Amino acid sequence: MVENTIQATQAVVTLDVALPGIIWGWMITLNMWAKSIGTGVILVGAYLLYRYKKEETPNLRWMMPLLSFVALNVFLLFTLVDLHQPYRMINIFLYPHWTSAITVGAWMASLFTLLVTILMVIGAADAFPRLGGKKCKVTAMARNNSGFYEKIFPFVVFLAIPVTMYTAIIMAESSARELWQAPTEMMQMFLAALMAGSAALILSSGSWNKEARRDLSLILMFAVSASFFMYMGEYFFSFKSSEAEATLAYIHAGGEYSAEFWFGMILGFIIPFFLAASTVKNDNKTVLRFAAILTLAGLYLAKDVWLKIPQMLPLS
Amino acid sequence: MKLGFLVDLNLCMGCKGCEIACKVENEVPLSSWRLRVKYIDIGSFPNTSRSFTPLRCNHCENAPCERICPVSALHYLENGIVNIDSSRCIGCAGCMMACPYGAIYMDPETNTADKCTYCAHRIESGMMPACVVACPVEANIFGDVEDEHSYISRYIMEHQGNIQVRKPEKHTNPKHYYVGGGTQTLNPLAHQRLEGYGLFNNVTHLAHNGDPHHGVIDRFLAPFIGHETADNKAFMDFDAGQTKSKEGGH
Ligand code: SF4
Ligand code: SF4
Repeated sequence: MVENTIQATQAVVTLDVALPGIIWGWMITLNMWAKSIGTGVILVGAYLLYRYKKEETPNLRWMMPLLSFVALNVFLLFTLVDLHQPYRMINIFLYPHWTSAITVGAWMASLFTLLVTILMVIGAADAFPRLGGKKCKVTAMARNNSGFYEKIFPFVVFLAIPVTMYTAIIMAESSARELWQAPTEMMQMFLAALMAGSAALILSSGSWNKEARRDLSLILMFAVSASFFMYMGEYFFSFKSSEAEATLAYIHAGGEYSAEFWFGMILGFIIPFFLAASTVKNDNKTVLRFAAILTLAGLYLAKDVWLKIPQMLPLS
Repeated sequence: MKLGFLVDLNLCMGCKGCEIACKVENEVPLSSWRLRVKYIDIGSFPNTSRSFTPLRCNHCENAPCERICPVSALHYLENGIVNIDSSRCIGCAGCMMACPYGAIYMDPETNTADKCTYCAHRIESGMMPACVVACPVEANIFGDVEDEHSYISRYIMEHQGNIQVRKPEKHTNPKHYYVGGGTQTLNPLAHQRLEGYGLFNNVTHLAHNGDPHHGVIDRFLAPFIGHETADNKAFMDFDAGQTKSKEGGH
């Protein structure tokens, strides 16, 4: 009975229009996930490239930009497809509005993808002397300018940082969603890039020396544990803001988002941490690869929940 | 000049005349609203009351929707109106994520964002917004809040201490005020939506944002060949001729 269930101070909506559902859905999750791989492999790969000799990580010079290129193209494709007017994407370049993190991000990500493409072409042309045959001008030019790779690489690594972070600013600019605060989201984006980057590189590290693989598992362990604790901090201690608390109720109270969240936490954070830790001493490639795959899957689930639950809250 | 709105909730009787006038004036498609009147029941039987709250864009002075729009489709007019240029909008829905009041919708016919413009086109020709004209009890008051002699400014002065805005903690500086409102009516977290307690409907959510036919393939092909032949289903259905239109303006 209504008189028993509703407290005197509370009110009930008795007539209203239909409320919007999820506005940014799985495409944006995929977009964030793919971007984490795209920038993460560059950030983690840069460390390996400077730390180890070429012989110790033989295919890294071309594999790193290739992985990044593929991931960035998935990211760009889904950014485009998620627009309700995809052909008008060009307006971001024709009429940029610089207070918008979407604009700044689109410009930086486009430049970043261009530079990663150059790295990939030079890296592949150097690694495979017969690539493109004798007549291909692109590979010939790439080989002639092989040193350009090392020249632009520091800039690419530097650019990878804001490209990783700008999505956090878009989320922070989404004033309607209290759960997303700039400092935590920026850290989470950075940790997601380390997680996804190390995981993607682990999958292609079969021929590398075992120290490089050990470093990758340590990076993975650091990133998953730091990110896990940040999620836990928000999960348990976001009670200062009533909106954040009401948002988190969608996972606190059980249901599909709760299941997805905890499945993601266990699958992508807790299990990979222990699997990676077990490989630090004995260099078990299969276990490490398994940890990497779980990390990528769990990261997607965690991002998906964190993206969707604030959109469930009625705004008006 | 800074145009603003004030709704006296003590006068509003929930007739929804403003809602309909807005729909007609701005040809707002089915499943979308620029202005809506929400009914909220407060208290426990027998001490209950029903309040009616018209909700529209607040034309914030510090508008998060304008800040996030990557192409300046949302922009300020000199008179303080936060206007939208649909022909520039790329449909990223950033503004829908940013507006703390849920005032923006994705138009299912144009696939661009849209919202209340305080009837900027009518203002330009010296007319009042359609909702103001339609209100039988003059609960909607519109005018220049920077002009101290305007009716709205005097109304605000007369009701000092009883003027509210929605979510002041968001620092958006809304130019839309309420008289006689309260936490229960203006704060969405202070009221519940309970299944079975609606007057005419259940608690519902929109099935889609923007065009319901707006599938992945459709997004790219529709501008050239139209929705009838380009939605995802039609793409896979080799026998059928055309897809039937559904609610949503098609
Ligand atoms: S109410 Fe929402 S749509 Fe209107 S100006 Fe403020 S932020 Fe923008
Ligand atoms: S949906 Fe349109 S109006 Fe809204 S932020 Fe994107 S481009 Fe701007």
